[in-house]
Amino acid sequence: MTEVTARHLYTAFASFVVGQARYNQSGTNLGREIEVELARRLMMGDTEVFDRFVEHFRAKIFQYTWLMCGQREDAEEVAQDTLLKVFESFDQLRQPERVRPWVFRIAKNACLMKRRKSIFAPDRELSLDEFMPSKSHAHGEAKIEIADWSSLPDDRVLQAEMKEVLEGAIAALPENYRSVILLRDMEELSTQETAQVLDLSEDTVKTRLHRARLALRAKLDDYLGTASRRTVVEGMGGA
Amino acid sequence: MEPQGHSENCQQIFALLSDYLNLELPADACEEIENHLAGCPPCIEFAESLRKTVELCSHYRPTELPTALGEQARNELLAAYKKVRIGYGSLLPDK
Repeated sequence: MTEVTARHLYTAFASFVVGQARYNQSGTNLGREIEVELARRLMMGDTEVFDRFVEHFRAKIFQYTWLMCGQREDAEEVAQDTLLKVFESFDQLRQPERVRPWVFRIAKNACLMKRRKSIFAPDRELSLDEFMPSKSHAHGEAKIEIADWSSLPDDRVLQAEMKEVLEGAIAALPENYRSVILLRDMEELSTQETAQVLDLSEDTVKTRLHRARLALRAKLDDYLGTASRRTVVEGMGGA
Repeated sequence: MEPQGHSENCQQIFALLSDYLNLELPADACEEIENHLAGCPPCIEFAESLRKTVELCSHYRPTELPTALGEQARNELLAAYKKVRIGYGSLLPDK
C-alpha cells in the first residue's frame, strides 16, 4: 500500500468531478435508447427486430443470473424462461421506456422460481464501519492506507486479472447486496427502478448499493496494493 | 476496520459518497461534500477509488457468454410473441 498525501489533491479533485460528470452522462444510455426503440417496434408488431431484441436481452439476463447464482446451466435456463414470459406477456408492457426494469423483474422472478440458493456468499448485513480505512496524522498531514489507484486504466478495457478480481468480489457479496449492485451499477437501472424490481424501498437500495460498492472497493484495493508490491519486488529482482 | 482518526465530517462524507456520485443529494449537501473534499486529501483519494470501482462495474463484460440460441428455442419465443402480437391488431406483414 502507498500512503496518500496532499500531492494529488488538485489533479485528483479535478478528475473526480470530471469523472462524476462522465459517469452520469455515460454513453451506456445509448444502449438503453436502442433497446427502447427495439421494444417500441416490437409493440408495433415489427418482427424484423425480434432477433436483435432476443440476443440483447438474452446476454443481459444471462450475465445477471450467472453473477447471481454462479451456475451456467441455471443462467441459460433462466434466460430462456424469462424471454418466454416476456413475449407471452408482451402486451402488458405499456411503456417501451420501461422495458429494461420490466424484463429484469421477470428475470428476478424466474431466478426465484429456480429455487436454488446461490453457490456464493449467503445473506448477511454489511456494516459501514468495516469499510472505513484507518486514517492517521503525521507531520501535520492526514493520511490513509490506500493502494495506488492511479495506475488503473480508466477506459473500457478491463485486464483479465482485474476482471477475475471483480468477479470474485461480486461473488463474495451477500446475495441481497449483489442483486442491488448488479441492477444499479451493471445494468444501470435507476434507484427507483431497482427498488421496483427487487420490491425494496429506495432507501434500502441506496444503503445496500453504497455498502456493496465499498465492499468491492476494498477487494480491489487489496488487489491493487498486492499488485503494486509485486511490481516493486519484481522490479528489484529484475534489476 | 475501526474508523480511527476520522473527523465527524469525514465519517459523514464516507456515508454519503455513493449518493453524491449518483447525484442523489440536495444541492446544499453536494456543496458541503465538495467543500470538504477540497480540503481533505484522504477523503478525495478514497472518493476517487470508489468512483473508479463504479466505473469498473459499469464497463464490466462477463467472462462467460451464453451458448448460441438454438432454432427450437428461438421458434418457441417467436411463437409466443406472434400469439400476443395478434392482440395488437398489427397490419404489418410477417417477416
